Amino acid sequence: MADTLINLVRVTKHYRRDTIDIPVLDNIDLEISRGEFLALMGPSGSGKTTLLNLIAGIDKPNSGRVVIDDKDITKLSEQQLAKWRARHVGFIFQLYNLIPVLSAYENVELPLLLTSLSKSKRREHVMTALSVVGLEDRERHYPRQLSGGQEQRVAIARAIVTDPTLLVADEPTGDLDAKSAEEILDLIKRLNEEFHKTIIMVTHDPRAASHAHAIIHLEKGVLSKSGGVYEVPAAHN
Amino acid sequence: MAIPLKYNLRNLIVRRVSTLMTIGTIALVVAVFVALMSLANGLNSSLVETGSPENVVILRDGAQTEMQSFVTKEAFQVIQTIPGIARDTQGKPIASGEVVVLINLLRRGDISASNVTVRGVSETGVALRPHLKLVGGRMFRPDVGEAIVSRKIADRFQGASLGDELQLGRRKFAVVGIFDAGGTGFDSEIWSDVVGVSDAFDRASYSSVLLRAENVATRDQLVSRIEAEQRLKLESKSELAYYEEQTSASGPIRGLGIFVAIIMGIGACFGGMNTMYASVAYRTREIGTLRALGFSKLSIMTSFVIESMILALIGGVIGCLLALPVNGIATGTMNFRTFSEVAFSFRITPDLLLSALVFSLLLGFIGGLLPSRTAARMPITKALREI
Ligand SMILES: Nc1ncnc2c1ncn2[C@@H]1O[C@H](COP(=O)(O)OP(=O)(O)O)[C@@H](O)[C@H]1O
Ligand SMILES: [Mg+2]
Repeated sequence: MADTLINLVRVTKHYRRDTIDIPVLDNIDLEISRGEFLALMGPSGSGKTTLLNLIAGIDKPNSGRVVIDDKDITKLSEQQLAKWRARHVGFIFQLYNLIPVLSAYENVELPLLLTSLSKSKRREHVMTALSVVGLEDRERHYPRQLSGGQEQRVAIARAIVTDPTLLVADEPTGDLDAKSAEEILDLIKRLNEEFHKTIIMVTHDPRAASHAHAIIHLEKGVLSKSGGVYEVPAAHN
Repeated sequence: MAIPLKYNLRNLIVRRVSTLMTIGTIALVVAVFVALMSLANGLNSSLVETGSPENVVILRDGAQTEMQSFVTKEAFQVIQTIPGIARDTQGKPIASGEVVVLINLLRRGDISASNVTVRGVSETGVALRPHLKLVGGRMFRPDVGEAIVSRKIADRFQGASLGDELQLGRRKFAVVGIFDAGGTGFDSEIWSDVVGVSDAFDRASYSSVLLRAENVATRDQLVSRIEAEQRLKLESKSELAYYEEQTSASGPIRGLGIFVAIIMGIGACFGGMNTMYASVAYRTREIGTLRALGFSKLSIMTSFVIESMILALIGGVIGCLLALPVNGIATGTMNFRTFSEVAFSFRITPDLLLSALVFSLLLGFIGGLLPSRTAARMPITKALREI
């Protein structure tokens, strides 16, 4: 089997609302190889976002280990975790989450402000990322001046500008029309094939999921495979 | 590197209505602060700067002001024999026995009266205050019923202008000159010769004695020698120290200024806090995003505190500009020690403006602290769920 990037070991997560415990993830085990493109499906409220957040290091499990690149990130302090995310994870959100007062260029530059790169080096990286998503001519545009699909491409440029190992996408096409969604999915797939990014994408759209190598289902806190995990589904293209 | 400043500046512009309202609130508070403090400042300078370092004031033991004091003519003779007093070209000790009384004058355009200090001085007394300059008319001649009036008194009281006749006690005095004492306490006085004033008010004794020490270095020795003459029952201090003590008059105003500024400042803090809380709530998902990207809690907190401080600083600058026109406006108040009219101006100094700006930054800092802490402490996952 290919080299493992992500390894979740007996991960449990529950939320507390008032006095009631809401179980979300129940003893989850999951192994994802480097270079994988995985779709995570499941009904609304099944815990997909929660699982993604644990892998991306913005949330911590109640028990279990989240090992990424041989590092158990549940053991990191908040500050170490922030640094780790900046280096290793690129985020793609359903609502793009661009900063409205910053231009496309400035939005993409944001993660680089956490590095020690010089201004000119940053410019190089930003322009490369913008050209990957095909928006190098929109660097001065503000989010409100862009279409939804373009906004998501800027957000993707921001996610890849630091060249992270892992990309997490939470319903990246959930707010887009069919045509823009298709473009975004093609772009994400290209990031996997051409730039060898490991990608985990939450979606509840089977068409979107069909772009992935494998689909896993989350239901009632438990994972199940669809047509065999880590297999390229036949349905796509 | 921190979150760029342009992020904060542009957010302030985007939310311009609440930004402007907060700036307005802070500007108002700072303007009031500057106005009140400049009042205290002006009052302080009208008294503190009064006096020459080598001059010594002698009062009756226990008297705090010249009004409450008397020094008999015999005591004045004895005082002049004490060694250490500077001498004039004729070898006479430079000492001036002076009579100080309060009279009531009507303010201009007003029916309310106010106490004004009348000082009877000798030629020596005039010479001991070299900063006093005539700006109109001429110096009074002794014992012919002439007086000079400070410009501030002449401007603000009836019948005290050049050419007018003033009723002082049981005698009339012609106003023959207007003087300017350079912002010192003498700017609130009417001067005439000591003999005439003594007669008009039936005074057998002097109120105080002003004399000049040989030099500043021996001044304090002279002061202790005078006080050592126990049978005279006199108290002596440097002229500077005497007038400095009188400045307790500005204390209440300064205190009031600080009190009002603090009360209004608390209000402005809440105003700023409100704006910042709204701003944080409005940007919750942005904050979650920035945190997810790897910006630390501290950089989020710093960014919001700085934003609040920028807001307050702009308000502070505008507040200073609003208050600037009061600079130099003359007014009068009661000196709480002497119960006489003290004329003074609002005085805005660079120091005061600086402290106003520091004050506004402080408002911004305090007002921004809690909202920024809220922003920094939000769990990332929760912040990202906000629409
Ligand atoms: N911060 C939270 N506090 C309490 N309950 C939460 C919180 N976040 C998520 N949940 C609950 O956890 C469950 C899973 O949520 P989520 O991971 O967002 O599901 P999905 O992304 O699959 O729709 C839901 O029932 C949701 O209400
Ligand atoms: Mg979700």
